[in-house]
Amino acid sequence: MAYHLAILLFAAPALAAIVSLVFRSPRLAEYVTSAAAITDLGVSVPMLVAIVRHGPVLALHGYAQIDALGAWVTICIAVVYALSSIYAIGYMRLLNEEVRLPLFYGLFSGFAFTMFAACVLNNAGVFWIAIELTTLISTFLVGFEREAESTEAAWKYIVVVSSGISLALLGTVLFYWGGSFILGPTYAMTWAALHRSASQVYTPLLTVSFLLVLVGYGTKAGLAPMHTWLPDAHSESPAPVSAMLSGALLNASMLGIARFLGVVDGTRTGRFAHSAVVGFGIFSFVVAALFIVRQTDVKRLMAYSSVEHIGVQALGLGFGGVLGVAGTLYHMLNHSLNKSLMFFGAGNVMRSYRTKEIGGIHSVLRRFPATGTLWLLGAVGIAGAPPFALFLSEFTILRAGFAGRYRWAAVVFVVFLIVVFIGFLSHFRAMYFDDFVQAEGPKLSGLVWRALPMWLAFVPLLVLGLWWPQHLWSIFANISSNLTGGTQ
Amino acid sequence: MFLARVNSLQASILSSLAILSLLLAFVMLGSHWLRNYVYAFAAESWLIAALSAAVGYFGGYRELYFIAALTALFRGLVLPWLLMRIIDRLQVKRELHSVLQPSSSLVLGGLLVMFAFVIANHMNRQSGTAGSVVVLALTIMLSMKFIGFLMLSVRDEAVSQILGLLVLENGIFLGSQILVPGMPMLIEIVILFDLLIVVACFGMLVRFLLVHAGTTSSRQLQRLVG
Repeated sequence: MAYHLAILLFAAPALAAIVSLVFRSPRLAEYVTSAAAITDLGVSVPMLVAIVRHGPVLALHGYAQIDALGAWVTICIAVVYALSSIYAIGYMRLLNEEVRLPLFYGLFSGFAFTMFAACVLNNAGVFWIAIELTTLISTFLVGFEREAESTEAAWKYIVVVSSGISLALLGTVLFYWGGSFILGPTYAMTWAALHRSASQVYTPLLTVSFLLVLVGYGTKAGLAPMHTWLPDAHSESPAPVSAMLSGALLNASMLGIARFLGVVDGTRTGRFAHSAVVGFGIFSFVVAALFIVRQTDVKRLMAYSSVEHIGVQALGLGFGGVLGVAGTLYHMLNHSLNKSLMFFGAGNVMRSYRTKEIGGIHSVLRRFPATGTLWLLGAVGIAGAPPFALFLSEFTILRAGFAGRYRWAAVVFVVFLIVVFIGFLSHFRAMYFDDFVQAEGPKLSGLVWRALPMWLAFVPLLVLGLWWPQHLWSIFANISSNLTGGTQ
Repeated sequence: MFLARVNSLQASILSSLAILSLLLAFVMLGSHWLRNYVYAFAAESWLIAALSAAVGYFGGYRELYFIAALTALFRGLVLPWLLMRIIDRLQVKRELHSVLQPSSSLVLGGLLVMFAFVIANHMNRQSGTAGSVVVLALTIMLSMKFIGFLMLSVRDEAVSQILGLLVLENGIFLGSQILVPGMPMLIEIVILFDLLIVVACFGMLVRFLLVHAGTTSSRQLQRLVG
């Protein structure tokens, strides 16, 4: 069952990419991409259900394994893919790039395909390749607008991320080398095999390998201080791509960190590994909070908010335990929904006011009564206030922090949550409520396409904030025990 | 582990090939001329191909001959050719504004090799009799990593940055040939192809940089800050 669903999961974006690139029709490409994305969302949920009922499924001679963790991240990615492909219909038409639109949608679906691949790969080496491919494809999406700024952002993105991710490759090779003392010179580099051998690998070797992998995938995930590419890439790409980079790609890279953390859990490196992840998490959180306060560009504001939330996820993983893992996984979905909403709103505003400067945007509610309200509520949600879902997940991570060894980190987390809350919302106050007499903006067509995904993101965000389904708890608990128990 | 079985002659052949590749990384570090970088990179790739073949012969890993041929073809011929095309198109002959003089970067590179040796020595406890070759391989793997990062950080011409990345990858590839020759072949082949795609992407981006940003020097890419 899950196997067939997975085939559909990969067939849909592959087909969409091929149709977009072969037929070269902008309208066809738009609709086929949305159809593929909605199919994927429809497929990913029953896939998780099937995995939970019947256990993980192996495929492709053990190179692929669909487990609950991978299936959960698949859902998070599919949500963003679906929302942003609908939004893209309304947004990309504004750019007057009709001729290159099929190329855009082809790359867009290819990007989604590589991220789904990362979720189900069972082999650390091939996982690395999938993550590397996401970079290569998304570089051209980042540079799609071909302005000086977006080209610069694309260049920085590919240089910083490729060099960072090469550290992860080195770490992976060292993991394999360490394992070869126990499992023999040739073995399949599955997560489970690495975990089996890890406890007997010489501790300094294991520690160095883990740190390399953490820094490598941390670069891709945007953990500070390796985050320098992120604000540029997220702010200069078209809004649907920003949403994909932030809501989906960061989760895929975080998955790598989670898997390797699972590999070293229970070894003598385990404690240190958790501390390192907590360290990077809290540092990212603090750096992002400070940059949020003094930000002047609305899309860079959202980008630093991504650094902040990836820091929160790292904290949750580092705190560990059922609470930490559950909080992180819940946070992934909530952040995907909420950040998509934020980037969509920012895209609308940016196109309408023709500026990214926060100072140039004012009285948003007068120009966008409905979507403006959604964007404002989304801002309240992403700053971590109830009744939105991010509050629940951050609260759970906080509980995990106070329950474990890292109380100091939890305290810093609380303090800077307040800083983020004030900083983030004061920018929104300026954009919404500062008095300003102004001329009417241009009427932009296609607002329906740009408003619909905002509603689709907002409603589940509110529902998940009020009600955390019991089933999800048990799935998270299950993932948490598998992650450290070796049967990944 | 196959290194436990090699005799001293074979071990010294492996070591000298590895050391020669490290020397070529220093050639890149000490030169101003972009063409020299590419020649040094090509020579380094051929050395690595020879190393793969040697490991395959000594250790009885037949599939490594295939990897060696692919390495020589892709890293030794196709990549340098692509890079030369990029350089020709850009019409930059030398690195003009590097942060460090070549001599000081050489010294820094030497220090980094020592640091790499310390780490490598510390990480290696399990390999027993094969110790010295293992430490050497680890040292060279890490030093090429460091040198690659050094090149990335002190040079700003786009081509030098691509080469810096390729040195990073060469280091890993070299180390993995000695340390884990039994690594599944599929992964090595895919990584080789991946590299080809990387360079092709970089080539396209360099063209965009020239057209849309008007420069290929990272020093002048400073529109996005904060």
